[in-house]
Amino acid sequence: MPTPHTVPHGGDAPTPRSVLRGAHLIDGRGDHGVHDLWLADGRIEGFDLDGEAVLELDASGLLVTPAFIDPHVHLRVPGQEEKEDLTSGLAAAAAGGYGTVVSMANTDPVVDDAAIVRALAEEAARLALTRLRPAAALSVGLAGERLADYAALQAAGAVMITDDGIPVADSHLQRRACEYARELGLVVQTHSEDPSLRQDGVMHEGRVSQRLGLPGNPAEAEAIMIFRDCEVARMTGARVHIAHVSSERGLRVVEWFKQQGAPVTCEVTPHHLTLSDAVWERFDPVFKVAPPLREAGDVTFLRDALRRGVVDCIGTDHAPHTRAEKDRDVLAAPFGLPNIEVAFPLLYSELVLAGELELPTLLDLMQGGPARVMGWPEPTLEPGAPADVVLLDLATERPVDPASFKSKARFSPWQGATLRGWPEATLVAGRLAFRR
Amino acid sequence: MIPGSTPIDLKATESSPRHRHLLDLDGWSRAALLALLDTTDVMAQVMQRTIKKVPALQGFTVGTLFYEDSTRTRLSFERAARAQSADVISFAAGGSSVSKGESLKDTLRTIDAMQADLYVVRHSAAGAPHQIARWTDAAVVNAGDGRRAHPTQALLDAYTFRQRFPGFDGFEGTRLAIVGDVLHSRVARSNVALWTALGAEVVLCGPRTLLPSELGEQPGVSLTHRVEEALEGAQAVMALRLQRERMNSGLLPSLAEYRQRYQVNRERMRLAHPEALVMHPGPMNRDVELEGVLADEPRSVIEAQVANGVPVRMAVLYTLLVGSR
Repeated sequence: MPTPHTVPHGGDAPTPRSVLRGAHLIDGRGDHGVHDLWLADGRIEGFDLDGEAVLELDASGLLVTPAFIDPHVHLRVPGQEEKEDLTSGLAAAAAGGYGTVVSMANTDPVVDDAAIVRALAEEAARLALTRLRPAAALSVGLAGERLADYAALQAAGAVMITDDGIPVADSHLQRRACEYARELGLVVQTHSEDPSLRQDGVMHEGRVSQRLGLPGNPAEAEAIMIFRDCEVARMTGARVHIAHVSSERGLRVVEWFKQQGAPVTCEVTPHHLTLSDAVWERFDPVFKVAPPLREAGDVTFLRDALRRGVVDCIGTDHAPHTRAEKDRDVLAAPFGLPNIEVAFPLLYSELVLAGELELPTLLDLMQGGPARVMGWPEPTLEPGAPADVVLLDLATERPVDPASFKSKARFSPWQGATLRGWPEATLVAGRLAFRR
Repeated sequence: MIPGSTPIDLKATESSPRHRHLLDLDGWSRAALLALLDTTDVMAQVMQRTIKKVPALQGFTVGTLFYEDSTRTRLSFERAARAQSADVISFAAGGSSVSKGESLKDTLRTIDAMQADLYVVRHSAAGAPHQIARWTDAAVVNAGDGRRAHPTQALLDAYTFRQRFPGFDGFEGTRLAIVGDVLHSRVARSNVALWTALGAEVVLCGPRTLLPSELGEQPGVSLTHRVEEALEGAQAVMALRLQRERMNSGLLPSLAEYRQRYQVNRERMRLAHPEALVMHPGPMNRDVELEGVLADEPRSVIEAQVANGVPVRMAVLYTLLVGSR
């Protein structure tokens, strides 16, 4: 199976030899102190070497660490380029410090055809921004009826199968998808919400939804479907990744199955870690996401679960829409928000600086964690490792300014929030993919 | 000045706090709410004159934005505006660009170009009036948003009670029973907010599927699934409309069972205060949520509720446009 780094990135032009001077180097193996980090031929060359560099970056005062991996983004290609396209979406990912992202298949047309997967991968490689590894649809047309051609999709470059955006209602189909995917070693990602229980809910069902008179989507809809998806994972032995776990009840189910050795992993999003349903007092459809923002107690539980090692990784579920779509009423507006450009600063400021999480744990949730979920090599700064690195400025405070987003979705629930931990530059395969 | 009109006395509103919008009843003090009811008294006198028109809002333009159809409420607001000499522009969503997927904001911008001073907004989505209030400089009155709020309906219910309950002596110690589909009811939510703010007790009653337990966590509010318990000692009994499609979504087994367990009827009204008033926000399903004969008895004030809609809305328009300047 191709890992992100065995796929050519950035065309045929040789990558320049580069040096990041005075960088504070940290990776999953530990804190290496301050060194010059040399990159050549798209790979890490080593620390404190001699010679000429075509690109020289002053990284003094900056943390340099492997670029992040996001197993869950919506890039809206093909067919919804008014929301996002590969250039804007992958530039946004690079600005967020990401070296590799996995794009979801709920596009128009759906990514259920090998030709679409191939086209996405080729176009992304040509752009030489963040690496793109496409996910493909679990069912043809996301219709939840027939399996897509997984082997052909995988051969074209798909690394995951998922109907994300639409829960798989048919348990038999889920079982067969898992059995088939297991054979191929593909990760099956699930959007676990029981559609018959969540109904037309636009926000979490609870005290706030009842008072505001908005249709609610109970946490039980998530917990019930997570139980099914974990049970099917255990039954079939497929590697099942539970996307965007949002509730205490849902995460408790994942934890219970993990304790029994079921082959399940899970992710949590930046928004479910930082926002609760109280934001709905403003009736702003920007906060409309699926699964919904839960209660403060759920947020606390998710944060605690990061510390306890129950959560495998952060997945952003970056889900851009046009401003006009988000200016509809709260029933008509679509689900999803853009967040990939603020994910690290947000979690660094809200969790690490607040003393709730150690920096190495957060980094692992965005580097080694997602790599393990996908079955990819651990990202490191060792010589020979891919030259995918991010330069993080942990000191400078900046407000979230959606007008400056690379994403086409230039709005944010965190607009105006003052954060630290902004990426200063991101290199992918040794090339500058982003520089502030 | 319009012949036959005399200046209206609105001292009552002068001391009340300023509100730019009436989006819901959150943040309205008891004094401000009572002032609105007092202003309604003045407006009710206007509506009893031979010439039912005063120049109070001359020069103002009121826009009615009804994204959800409601002829009764729209006419009531338009009458309230015209009786005070305001100009009225009306926008109804049917057949407009709204159904073609235009955003709420784009639609509002188009209408806002006509520069109304106040918009009356009705929408099937909760919060739409709040969104509109963020996008316009005009005042906004919520004429019903989803299941969320219908503040002028609650005001006219309370006003009708104050006007019609024999020997009315303040809302403190009063018990309002609301029976029926509370889950989907903006009328219930606004009445809970209003009557508790005025010092009354509210008891909500309905089958568990239509009565969210979270609503009972508010001070002054209690829940029961037994209609007899709800009606006991109540001075005001409000039956909510039961929509027939609730049977199809698994919320109720049958109309017959609902009738048998939750209908407000003459027999059950014996448990209420001897002079209790029967109310209904309309439109009524006769002999479903409310026994038809009971609706025609003198203690039923359903027609008075409709009639009071105009002076209540006059008071709201006046208070927001003039009373706050």
